[in-house]
Amino acid sequence: MKFINSVEPKSKTVVKEKIKNGVWTKEINVRDFILENIRPYHGTADFLVGPTQRTKTVWEGCKTAMQEERERNGVRAVDTKTISTVSAFEPGYIDKDNEVIVGLQTDELLKRTMKPFGGFQVVQKALAEQGLEPEPALTELFSKHVKTHNDGVFSAYTPEIKKYRSLGILTGLPDNYARGRLIGDYRRVALYGISFLIQGKLKDLEAFETPMTEETIRLREEVADQITALKEMIVLGEKYGLDLNRPARNAQEAVQWTYMAYLAAVKEQDGAAMSLGNVSSFLDIFIEKDIEDGLLTEWEAQELIDQFVMKLRVVRHLRMEAYNEIFAGDPTWVTEVIGGMLNDGRTKVTKTSFRFLNTLYNLGPSPEPNLTVLWSQHLPQNFKEYCAKVAIDTSSIQFENDDLMRTLRGSDDYGIACCVSHQDLGKSIQFFGARTNLAKTLLLALNEGRCEITGKQVVDGIPPIEEGYLDFDEVVKNYQKASREIARVYSDTMSIIHYMHDKYYYERAQMALIDTNPSIDMAYGVAGVSIVADSLSAIKYAKVLPIRNEEGLTIDFKIEGEFPKYGNDDERVDDLATKVVADFNTQLQQFPVYKKARPTLSVLTITSNVVYGKKTGATPDGRAMGIPFAPGANPMHGRDTNGAIASLNSVAKIRYTDALDGISNTFSIVPKSLGATDNDRMANLVSILNGYFEQQAQHVNINVLNKETLMDAMEHPEEYPQLTIRVSGYAVNFTKLTREQQQEVITRSFHETM
Amino acid sequence: MKPCNHFFPLVLTPDIQKKKDSGVGTPIKRASQEIPTLKVHSIESFGTHDGPGIRTVVFLQGCKLKCVYCHNPDAIAMQGGREYHVEELVERVLKMRPYFGENGGVTVSGGEPLLQAKALIPFFKKLKKAGIHTNIDTNGRILNHFTKELLDEYTDLVMLDIKHMTEEGYQAITGMRNKETTFNLAKHREASGKKMWLRYVLIPGITDTPELLHALGRYFKTYKTIERLELQPYHKLGVHKWKALGWEYPIPEARENTNQEIRDAVGILQHYFKRVTVN
Repeated sequence: MKFINSVEPKSKTVVKEKIKNGVWTKEINVRDFILENIRPYHGTADFLVGPTQRTKTVWEGCKTAMQEERERNGVRAVDTKTISTVSAFEPGYIDKDNEVIVGLQTDELLKRTMKPFGGFQVVQKALAEQGLEPEPALTELFSKHVKTHNDGVFSAYTPEIKKYRSLGILTGLPDNYARGRLIGDYRRVALYGISFLIQGKLKDLEAFETPMTEETIRLREEVADQITALKEMIVLGEKYGLDLNRPARNAQEAVQWTYMAYLAAVKEQDGAAMSLGNVSSFLDIFIEKDIEDGLLTEWEAQELIDQFVMKLRVVRHLRMEAYNEIFAGDPTWVTEVIGGMLNDGRTKVTKTSFRFLNTLYNLGPSPEPNLTVLWSQHLPQNFKEYCAKVAIDTSSIQFENDDLMRTLRGSDDYGIACCVSHQDLGKSIQFFGARTNLAKTLLLALNEGRCEITGKQVVDGIPPIEEGYLDFDEVVKNYQKASREIARVYSDTMSIIHYMHDKYYYERAQMALIDTNPSIDMAYGVAGVSIVADSLSAIKYAKVLPIRNEEGLTIDFKIEGEFPKYGNDDERVDDLATKVVADFNTQLQQFPVYKKARPTLSVLTITSNVVYGKKTGATPDGRAMGIPFAPGANPMHGRDTNGAIASLNSVAKIRYTDALDGISNTFSIVPKSLGATDNDRMANLVSILNGYFEQQAQHVNINVLNKETLMDAMEHPEEYPQLTIRVSGYAVNFTKLTREQQQEVITRSFHETM
Repeated sequence: MKPCNHFFPLVLTPDIQKKKDSGVGTPIKRASQEIPTLKVHSIESFGTHDGPGIRTVVFLQGCKLKCVYCHNPDAIAMQGGREYHVEELVERVLKMRPYFGENGGVTVSGGEPLLQAKALIPFFKKLKKAGIHTNIDTNGRILNHFTKELLDEYTDLVMLDIKHMTEEGYQAITGMRNKETTFNLAKHREASGKKMWLRYVLIPGITDTPELLHALGRYFKTYKTIERLELQPYHKLGVHKWKALGWEYPIPEARENTNQEIRDAVGILQHYFKRVTVN
């Protein structure tokens, strides 16, 4: 196992001696470094140790600050003077003497900052909600002289797009906040040092050829900005006394350097999801080397990870209250993937995979970082069992199908952007685009293209539905017409948003750690799949009579007879759900988009399923107006009546190839139903995960909780400061949800077998 | 680019279940003797308390007993339920198979499964052919040509419910006479050399006295096929079903066990059985 000691290899003979294969020393190629040096671990969790005294002391400091934050209505401190950039702010510490990994976003723990280039009005609103205002000079600057992403988007939006947006057909769009989702390859800073990275980018800049097309000019500007960001990262390091110019020389530096790179990203960008990528097994290489050389003990190794994770837990962004509706609980999506396999058949599970999960015991459960286990049938059995145990004990981790993503996407070095979205690390990015409401689309199809609530015309050319019972073929025909129009407007909207985001709020720090000109996924999303599937099933297998008001808008539906419902492993309706997703994905593929991005689709709602429900009238499946949607690809609450496996099987049928941005399923079960003893529960959860993923399912959140616990936490939040629950693709602190969202979580299907 | 119009083909999957989703109480006429059917009360796709591992639990309709603590009283009536062709059930089970892991499989419970032993033979035969672990949860009152074939040839595990160790107690609980029938089935199973679990519902004051527990232990202590004794603490979760049926719950005075009572019972039974679990 070797490291680069300087930017340029001293001589060829030295290089030969030091490096196997030589690829990663000649070019930026973290994957090759991992392939050469990883030490897969097949053993048990017995080697793990608890937190050191230093860790406990620093974590106490964090907990106190978080308690203050809760007491101050979720915001402990805000800076109203500084535009947060990579190098802004003096260094901050929690407890300098006891911190082995340093660095905060500001000079003070949990202080939130202004990142106004996404949209200044959002910053103003967020501050106003705290009774604050930005520094007058900034207000002057941003209201008169500086254009933001939000300004740019709205100057280009068409009336049609604005209508779609305001009627809740397209929602959660990143047009007034940062898009996030890009994952910088933060490992690069540790492996290569920034000087080497700057040289690489300079070479890229030289390589652009004439003529100066718009595309080339844009790229040149982007790369130049990236280089500036890299230089600012050096300044950031200096403030903490770190020389980031050079590569990390030991385990502590590897963790510290990686964190500094991530810190640079979250100082400057407040994207909804700011994933970390896949650093655990990369860091393991440094840690195991130091342990082998006698430079590090297991306690010290765990301390590095505990303190790193602690830092990731205190990342904060300034948000306005409305944001909470779609992304509840103040999430930051520091998503770190753990485990998975290499294409050569070895596992990526290392001792540090265990050490990361162990932080959930050493520091207690937590939503962040969003720990995501890449599940493969071939993972070491000991690791599978440990993951199951951690999921049962903490409800803090999610699982995604490594076998599926690795083989279909072709990369064995990837991270998860946000909740469920595959991203080849350092090679590709994605443009996030929230989601559209398919249940509402169905209602447009039944109302001649009019919004069922306001009566406003949204989509033209939808013929009226015949009187009497709904006819399946007629409804499907109208639905497809409506969804094609929505796909068209949606793709136009996305092009505008991402054009403007690149222009006004470019992620120079993250992009500096990604190959120049990466491949791009345009990440669309849908909500309401289960409602559309059940509605079409009702129309097909029962009799559905629309009830209309005097304006001819459907306000309710009378359903006669029984119909199969999604979530019971019944082909008749599961087939409809699968087709609904495939259909919309195909619609999206028709439209060319900005930067020739590839359209992908997710079935994911975050917590917006509640607000979607509010904005959607009664649906033909018998769902009343205002009732929340099921989250992600979940069956509707209480309709999956054949037990947990049948429910999982229904979701597993939605094809990943139709939704390459991910298919989220949240699985909640009471502990006793999972098995009679601790060992039974662990073994059964392993079997569930093996079985679910064997059928090409992509994602599952696991909650093992009693409803009573949640209800008690609603009444006595102060007693549950760390109660964590998985929602759609991420985890939240339960007590940070609104009461409405808490209610929704409790009414969800908790699988019980008695 | 082409507009897409190839979705929602009008012919979906065959409507195998279309017959009677809600057809409670209307038994389907059998087309011929060749297509065996089972009368099913319900199917639980994720059974974790009815045998080892994750199991598909098929609850059959109909039972001749009416145990005072029955938590599936709606499965007692001989009429009702839904008829499934054996093939259809096998198909459903195969869909659950990826979750079975090394230990899971299929449990047939009820109601009383052995009442439908004849149709269970082809069901289990097919499951065994597919390599799936089979288990029957029974009160063990029927020992005839069919049940012997079913149990001896195709049933990997029998979970035998021991209701009470005295004849009076047995009658008080089940409403039926002759507890020996169950013990005869136990003897038969032991002679066949195939695996068996005993299940015993522990009701304070009714089945949990030390004398009864010792009697249970003494009776079975020489059995070699008993892998474990599973204690089932008494609970009241089925009471609402009795009410829904318009039936009076026979033991309203019964209470749930304390943890100490459960520990005490386990303590006694551990002298006799190699493994005692609490379900």
